[in-house]
Formats: sequence, structure tokens, C-alpha cells
Amino acid sequence: MSAEKAFIPPDRQRPTEAPPAARAVSLRTRSPVTEAVWVRALLISVGLAFVVVFLLLPLVFVFVQAFKLGFGEYLAQLSEPYAQSAIRLTLLVTAIAVPANLIFGIAAAWAIAKYEFKGKAFLITLIDLPFSVSPVIAGLVYVLLFGAQGYFGPWLAANDIQIIFAVPGIVLATIFVTFPFVARELIPLMQEQGTGDEEAALSLGASGFRTFLFVTLPNVKWALLYGVLLCNARAMGEFGAVSVLSGRIQGFTNTMPLQIEAASKEFSRTAEVAAFSLASLLALLALVTLALKTFLEWRYADRLSSAGQSH
Amino acid sequence: MAHAFSLSRLRKPSVIPGFGLTFGFAVTYLSLIVLIPIAALVLQSASVGWDEFWRIATDARTVAALRTSFGLSLIAALVNMFFGLILAWVLTRYRFPGRRIVDAMVDLPFALPTAVAGISLGSLYAVNGWVGGLFDFRITYTSIGITIALVFVGLPFVVRTVQPVLEDLDKELEEAAATLGAGRWRTVIRVILPPLVPSVLTGFALAYARAVGEYGSVVFVSQGLPYVNEIAPQLIVIKLEESANYGPAAVIATVMLALAFVLLLFINLLQAWGRRRFGSVG
Repeated sequence: MSAEKAFIPPDRQRPTEAPPAARAVSLRTRSPVTEAVWVRALLISVGLAFVVVFLLLPLVFVFVQAFKLGFGEYLAQLSEPYAQSAIRLTLLVTAIAVPANLIFGIAAAWAIAKYEFKGKAFLITLIDLPFSVSPVIAGLVYVLLFGAQGYFGPWLAANDIQIIFAVPGIVLATIFVTFPFVARELIPLMQEQGTGDEEAALSLGASGFRTFLFVTLPNVKWALLYGVLLCNARAMGEFGAVSVLSGRIQGFTNTMPLQIEAASKEFSRTAEVAAFSLASLLALLALVTLALKTFLEWRYADRLSSAGQSH
Repeated sequence: MAHAFSLSRLRKPSVIPGFGLTFGFAVTYLSLIVLIPIAALVLQSASVGWDEFWRIATDARTVAALRTSFGLSLIAALVNMFFGLILAWVLTRYRFPGRRIVDAMVDLPFALPTAVAGISLGSLYAVNGWVGGLFDFRITYTSIGITIALVFVGLPFVVRTVQPVLEDLDKELEEAAATLGAGRWRTVIRVILPPLVPSVLTGFALAYARAVGEYGSVVFVSQGLPYVNEIAPQLIVIKLEESANYGPAAVIATVMLALAFVLLLFINLLQAWGRRRFGSVG
């Protein structure tokens, strides 16, 4: 047992933290394959300044504004009925959209990674499609289908079913914009892993579902978590698609991002705190997402696909 | 069963069960959520008739909005290309305190909702804001404000596409160049930068595509003045609210999709050229 544990195949070993020392040039030494100290210092300063101005400042500013009138006012604004309703709606929508895309992601990855069939590359392209569609258009397409003058509008009205300007529309829009996240994490990884493990389990008599549960799932769990994390962050924060479909009724169909906009349009100091206090919750979510994401990339780099790094 | 039979002719045989179930579910779900709704958009825009389609698509306000969207996104993507390359270089080549935190921070725009970024940038760059107050011209509510928001949403792309290529770059090539007497600048420009071209172009394309569709953060930094700084997604929303029918919104959306598609195609060709010209890395 211990001998088994001690042996880790070289390709499964965690990558060494820093690249070899030859690459990591400290500011003091100057080798022929690096730049003069002043060039290095200049480039680092420019890079840092860019990050501070465009990323750090907006992030810090959210919290500064949220606590501008004190912690008491911050909590008071968050417990206002409109804020509460927005938080509940966002949680509800996310609780439907993320599992839906999780199940789709697993099914699509299984079909694409475990079999060879014609048109596979095309299918993968179609799965990525929602990333290249503007969120506003993502919302618009459902209005065209389910709106009062949409293709199914009259039928929906006759049967008294409300999709547009109601929760189902918001859920659909959220599913659309977060559609590829889980699938695009799983597909490259499962393709890389091949079918050997599954074939072994099946030949030993395991059922298909058992094979998935005890062989495939453990192999991809970190990539799965990674995909769900990104999917969740986007689902909670989606603005464009949801704003087209929600009708923006405060207290009913406003999600957190929409309520931020509604509050930001009222020009009073408390409304500003209301907007930024909701924004601070989403910013906190972003920070937690980033922390978990960084941890997963650092700890399980070998078990995440490299394809997901850019989204 | 007939369903499974027809599918089995399109794929190689396998002992692994569940193809019909997973493939069927994935394709059905994809069709219901993505394909049918997009088909509805194209149908709806076609149903207005060719003359009407052309009139809406070439209307001065539509053209101005498309120009604003694609133009400002181009500026934002170029800014991201320049600073993204520097950031990727600094993060892979140099060691400095806080490097790992900066590296993690680069992904912030993927995790931070656009509305949060928008409201924060809007207040920061307002005339009485922390940053806006430093300048004697307006930023929020102008094209500059929109561009800043678009830089924010596209920031991670170039960094994240260039970084892995830079990490894998063979150090020996640089050493060889130095041994052969090339100065550092010459080495950087002739040896290091060429293999990065395809990944820089990929990052640029992703940042550009992301910026063109952006709406959430822009509405906080610009109220969208028609003909001046109204972006195409804003115009779609306005047409949807104003018009008696869905036609105009559908037409503008279709034109936007088509332009974005042509753009991506062009950039893919450019990338293919870059890969042939500058090697296969990335």
C-alpha cells in the first residue's frame, strides 16, 4: 500500500512551483538572456500599474462605497425588501441554471469523449456558440419565441403561461449564457483520458451507470468543480440577457445585478449605498471564486484541462 | 430503437453504453436552448422582407451604433493586446513580491459580474470620482468611459493565451541567439516574439469578440447618446422597447451576429497564417 502511494508517475506529479532558477531572474543578477535592470523594473511597473488601475481600484472602490455610511447602513440597505427579493431571485435562478448545465455538460462530454462519430468537431463548435453571442441577443431570442408577438406568444397567452418578464424567462436567459462552462471543462479532459478505465470496469462486470459513478466521475471531479464554479459566478452576475427578459420589476423580477442598476439610477446617498452593498456581495462572490479557482489550478493542475484556462 | 440504429451508422462501435442517451439528451438540450432560439432570430429578421431589412440595417442610427461597438471594441482589444503582452511577459519571466496575487487577479473580469464592474468604473471615472476628478475632461458618459469598461471585460484574454506559450518557449533558443552575438533587443524581436504571434492574435480575437457583445458594464458608464456613443446592444434593447414589433431589434441583432461571425472567420484565417509563418507554437 505504502509502496503504491510512494510511486507517482512523473506526469501526475504536481508541477514544481517555480520554473527553474535560470528562468526566474531576480532583479539583482543580469544574465545575457534577460533584460537590463531598468527595463525589467519599467515593465513590472507598467504591468502593475495596469492591474492596479483597471482591476484593483474598481474592486476596492466597491467596498469603499458600500461602507461609506457605516456598517449599520450597509446592513440596513441589504435587508431592504427589494434587496432581499433580488438576492432570493438570484439564488433561485442559479439553483436551477447551474444544475441544468451541469447535467448537460456531463452528457455532452460523455457522448463526445467516449465515442467516435461524424460531426463531432461541429458539435463542439455549436456548444461554444453562446460565448460568441452578445448577452442582449441571448435575451432577445427568447423574446422572439415567447414574447406577446413571438412565435409561441399567442399560445402561451391563451394558456395563461408567463415566460417573458417572469422567472422562467430569466432562468432560460441564464442557462443560455452559462451553457458551455461545464461542457468545455470536461470535454478536453475526458478526451485526453480516453476509454481504457471504463472498458476495464465494464469488462469486470460493472454496469454502465456504476462505471460512470465510480470510474469516470472520480477522474474528472476537479475539472467538474472548476466548471461549476465559473458557471455559478456567471449565472449570479449575468446582466444583459436577464435585463432583456425580466421586465425589471423591483421586488419581483429584479435579480441582484438588475437591482444594482435600479438603485444606481436613484440619485441619493442611501440608494448609492444600496447599489454598492449588493455589488459588494457579488464582488465577494467573485473573490471567493477567484480564490477557489486559483487553489484548484495550483493543487490539481494536472487534473484540469488546459483548454479552460482562457474562460 | 430506430433512433439508435440510425445513430450507430454514424459512429464507430464501442462497448461503452449510453451513447444514445447522452448524445440524444445533449443534442436535444442544445437545440432547445441555443439552436431553435437563434433560428427564430434569423427567421424573424428575414420575415420583415429584404427592403425593410436593408432599410433598418443601413439606417444612420444603426450604422453609427455598429461603428461605435466595433470601433471602441477594437481600441479596447488593442490596449489589451499591448498591456496583456507586457503582463504575460512580466508574470512568466520576472520574480517580484506579489506576483502570484497579480497572476490570480488577472482573472477578476471573468469572475466579477459586469454590472459590478460597471457601477464601480462609472463612479470612479465620474467628474467627482477618485480617478475622473484628476482629469479636466469627462470620462464617464463618453466614449472614453465605454472603452475603459471594454478594456476591463477583455483584460484576461491576451494574458491567458500568451502565458502558457511563453512558459513553454525553449530558453536554449535565446541562449543560442546570445551566443551568436545578438543583442537582447534583437533576440526579443527576432527570436521570442515571432512564436508568440498566433497566441497574441487568439487573445486579441477573444477580447475583441467579448467587447463587441458587452452590455452590462457599458450601461453604467454611458447612457448611450444616439449617433454619438450608443453601442449596438443598447440600440437593440431600445428598438425592442420602442417598436411596435420585434423586426428592427431582430434585424440589428442578425447584422451584429453576421459581422461578428465574419470577424471571427477573418481572425481565424489570420491565425492560420500566423501559425504557418511563425511556427506551430500556440
